[in-house]
Amino acid sequence: MIVTRELTKRYGRMLAIDGVDLDVQAGDRYGLIGPNGSGKTTLLRLVLGLVYATAGEIEVIHRSVPKHLGQVLPEVGALVEGPSGYGHLSGRANLRLLDAAGPGGGRRTRRTRIEAALERVGLAGVDGRPVKAYSLGMRQRLGLAAALLRGPRLLVLDEPTNGLDPHGIREIRDLLRELNANGTTVFLSSHLLGEVAQLCTRIGVLDRGRLVLQEHVDRLQAETGRVVIRTPDSDLAAALLDGRVESRTGDVLVVEHPDPAGLNATLVGSGVRVSEIGPERRSVEDAVLQVMGTGSDQLDRATPP
Amino acid sequence: MITVELAKLCRRPRTWISIALLCALPMMVAVFLAISKVGPAPGEEPAFLSAVLTNGALFPAAALAIVLPIFLPVAVAVVAGDSIAGEASSGMLRYLLIRPVGRTRLLVAKLAALVVFTLVAVVAVAVTAYLVGTSLFESRPGAVTNVSGARLTSTELTLRIAGAVGFVGVSMLGVGAIALFLSTVTDSPLAAALGALAAFVASTALVALQAAAAVRPYLPTRYWLAWIDFFRDPILWRDIERGLAIQLVYVAVFLAMAWANFVTKDITS
Repeated sequence: MIVTRELTKRYGRMLAIDGVDLDVQAGDRYGLIGPNGSGKTTLLRLVLGLVYATAGEIEVIHRSVPKHLGQVLPEVGALVEGPSGYGHLSGRANLRLLDAAGPGGGRRTRRTRIEAALERVGLAGVDGRPVKAYSLGMRQRLGLAAALLRGPRLLVLDEPTNGLDPHGIREIRDLLRELNANGTTVFLSSHLLGEVAQLCTRIGVLDRGRLVLQEHVDRLQAETGRVVIRTPDSDLAAALLDGRVESRTGDVLVVEHPDPAGLNATLVGSGVRVSEIGPERRSVEDAVLQVMGTGSDQLDRATPP
Repeated sequence: MITVELAKLCRRPRTWISIALLCALPMMVAVFLAISKVGPAPGEEPAFLSAVLTNGALFPAAALAIVLPIFLPVAVAVVAGDSIAGEASSGMLRYLLIRPVGRTRLLVAKLAALVVFTLVAVVAVAVTAYLVGTSLFESRPGAVTNVSGARLTSTELTLRIAGAVGFVGVSMLGVGAIALFLSTVTDSPLAAALGALAAFVASTALVALQAAAAVRPYLPTRYWLAWIDFFRDPILWRDIERGLAIQLVYVAVFLAMAWANFVTKDITS
């Protein structure tokens, strides 16, 4: 759905995006992770044709961008750097103006489409108050409604859960899962790793303008070849598995072993009561932090040589 | 898209307030004039005001003379300066462009809305001035004498006022085009409007300066007062034509610059 080759964007002397080969496939829930200032928003803007690349190619829904933006964008719904609206108008009036401004979607179906979009994001009951009286969370929902207005094939969302409370975050996550299950490709950016790990099937890590990692989430959560056991008889278990216990904290043992089921049978057969057992997995966080430097908002003193 | 822009313009209270203020200033002048009966000496600025005392049907012309030097250009510069920069500062520019609205299309729609606003403002001033003039002053629409001293019939007067309204409207487009261009350069509507006003003030100052005679014919405000020539007998077309031509040149040049800048610009707002 989105492919970039050697994509580079320079603002004056600052290199914002540096040779990025992004590959978002149809049906993905792709999460773009990176610290603040790593170029996430710039990358989204490039994909949407708001800023022009210094070098490299962009292809969105099999068409070259920005050359064929007019054919690409009607199938894309987007939220870029926070929602916005005309403050003196109501949410519905904002959606009406936005809908009327572009192609696609006739006047007759406008009201039904607007109500459907508001329903989806949980704003169906909103009154006629002007957008400037909206809370941050309501604005975020309105921005999502605007992105969903024309049933896009591709959603490009910049920090979609920003400003939402935990309930709201769960709702939006469920909504995106549901849309994705119905065939919408979701490409979102976030600086909250936990968010992305829970929602996305693939993640890309952006660090100072470079894409340093692009991988399936399940592959990142690969098993480490160790098994974690929790048992009230930890002394007995430790004696039994002597030599293979890597670490022991209270009644939790980490054991070098390829097969949790086999290990469980051995332990139970020897009279060890097992309350929890399972393979140790690498956390997405570890995988990401391993490849990622600190954010550009953290400016450490250069260490003297 | 033009309909959307007009709808946005109509739904902004500011549009109506600025038009109301434009109409209110000549009204205030008319009320003072009607009470005191002291007019400026004939030939003194603003034009036509002395003639209004004897015939209220000329008040639309006087009203144009009152709002032309400052108020009208300010109103036009504010609306034009807001066009792209206003969308940028409200954060809606990016959403319009990814809706998608083509950049050229958006610019054309903004220009169309600006032209409509200017015409509505000028016509509103003329119409309210006519109503106020004929109700506050003695009115003999069939017996207006023009600047050259000849009599005008009521149809002639209406046509000439319409001509003057049209000319004043077009005169404003030069300032409007400058503000529209600046609006694509900056993300601050205020800066764009003030920049256009600075150009307008500079032009006014140079027009009045004898030493600047060499550049005078090319200044945007040089022929602004040529609409008075509609009230001469016969109508003096020379300056009117030049005035229209110079406005067209300014509009063409600044629109081309606005377009070239806007379609190649990185939208980071």
